[in-house]
Amino acid sequence: MKLNTLFNRSLWVYQFNSGSCNGCEIEIVATLTPRYDPERFGIKLVGSPRHADVMLVTGPVVHKMKDRLLRVYQQIPDPKVVMCIGACGISGGVFYESYNLDGPVDEVIPVDVYVPGCPPRPEAIIHGVVKALEKLERLEGVKA
Amino acid sequence: MSGESKKAPYRIPIGPIHPALKEPVMFTFEMEGETVRDVDFAPGQAHRGIEWMGMRRNPVQIVHLTDRICGICGIVHSLAFSLAVEDIAGIEVPERADYIRAILHEFERIQSHLLWAGVAAHELGFDSLLHLTWRVREEAMDVIENLTGNRINYGIVQVGGVRRDIVPDQHAVIEKCLAKYEGLLGTLLDFFLDDRTIRMRCRDVGVLSRKDAVELCTVGPTARGSGVNVDLRQDYPYAAYGDLDVRAVLPDQHLGETHGDVYDRIVVRLLEVGQSCGIIRQCLSDMPAGPFTAEEKPARILAICKKASGEGIGRVEAPRGECLHYVRMEGKDSPASWKVKASTYSNLMSWIPMLRGSQLADVPIVVASIDPCLSCTDRVAIVRDNRQAILTKDDLHRLSVEKSRRLQR
Repeated sequence: MKLNTLFNRSLWVYQFNSGSCNGCEIEIVATLTPRYDPERFGIKLVGSPRHADVMLVTGPVVHKMKDRLLRVYQQIPDPKVVMCIGACGISGGVFYESYNLDGPVDEVIPVDVYVPGCPPRPEAIIHGVVKALEKLERLEGVKA
Repeated sequence: MSGESKKAPYRIPIGPIHPALKEPVMFTFEMEGETVRDVDFAPGQAHRGIEWMGMRRNPVQIVHLTDRICGICGIVHSLAFSLAVEDIAGIEVPERADYIRAILHEFERIQSHLLWAGVAAHELGFDSLLHLTWRVREEAMDVIENLTGNRINYGIVQVGGVRRDIVPDQHAVIEKCLAKYEGLLGTLLDFFLDDRTIRMRCRDVGVLSRKDAVELCTVGPTARGSGVNVDLRQDYPYAAYGDLDVRAVLPDQHLGETHGDVYDRIVVRLLEVGQSCGIIRQCLSDMPAGPFTAEEKPARILAICKKASGEGIGRVEAPRGECLHYVRMEGKDSPASWKVKASTYSNLMSWIPMLRGSQLADVPIVVASIDPCLSCTDRVAIVRDNRQAILTKDDLHRLSVEKSRRLQR
């Protein structure tokens, strides 16, 4: 990743709650608020998947949300990057044995960046977004 | 007449994934022009089966599961569960642990109410206020991290006490944060209560009358916003609250009148931030010395819990209202039964009288005004009914909706 291409365009993220405990959502919003302030790099939360470059998936994908997760995933235009935030989306976490899970997330949709933690700290989420940027650049064939 | 029936009412489904909703829930609005004529909703989209899992784990493990019922109410659920298990096993919690629990409980309330205030500002389209409140909220998060080691899902409450002590060095950290909040509270109240836009969007919007609030069994700030004097910390004290001076915050104390609208709920929550600061101060000065847990080794706690049998109840005043845990142990590793009634479960039905007759544009702020926490609630709504038959859930729900409609008339 080269700094001169990093700011080519702003990165818009869409957040999808697939049955999470809210912990990760709060940390995502905390990440976007003034203490960390990624909005100065153009990173912001958008309301529609059709506007998004990055999808943040939280939660262990409960049964009712599987179909919605797939539909929202399909609505995001290519190239897109999926970030899985939190331990329960990665492996099921504390909910691993539940009867109502269709997850982990990567069994439903392809995941590019995993951010572990229960919930991950805002710094970890920002680190994940930087990784996602690198991947997006690779997908788009941006030359340094 | 026939022309009218062709046009109105029409149905607008909102959710479960929608930018105005932070958590999955499905609304169906029956609209007449811009006005909501009727509303129905379907929670249960975030059901993870936590109670089912809990009945396969032992109490020491379940405490960590309770943390993750809801990311905002970590202390609330783990405290309510611990109270229930301590009740069954007859574990005497040291006084110091009670005070530490109360301090953390109040810090959680501060951060939760500030979080809510930010979300409310966002729902009104006042994003700069969202950013301001969340920036202020980070101070509480820093102190919580200092005290527990985690920003969210604290993992500090355990059966029999707490996991860490509050040492004298930390008093200064807490004191600094409290002083800052007490200084800021006036500014926050000015921002939220004297702002013309907020007043116009919230005054007499989403009104819940005192009668409805009582009949629908609402709890917490939703009930207090309608002038119902309920607060578990005052009515049924737990932890250290019996020693502390806690009075329910009601909107007429600040404004001299009660409307039961969104504005009043903002007033209650913001004043409770100030109240929590006072309670933490009181706790710090009265905190007795001594151990902070009845039993240090988790294996010993487990052995005590294993022998225990009986029923226990833990009731805690969460930032959103009363949270109740019922546990039955039968001398085995894991509880024979565990039931959680989170505060939002009691408050959900109040959406219907609030939303009926309001404008579509007011829906996000009215929905947000009870501070819904569906990750708390969804597990409850379904697990209970799964044990009967799948169909009864819908039936019960319909009955429940019909009942509140009857009461409305």
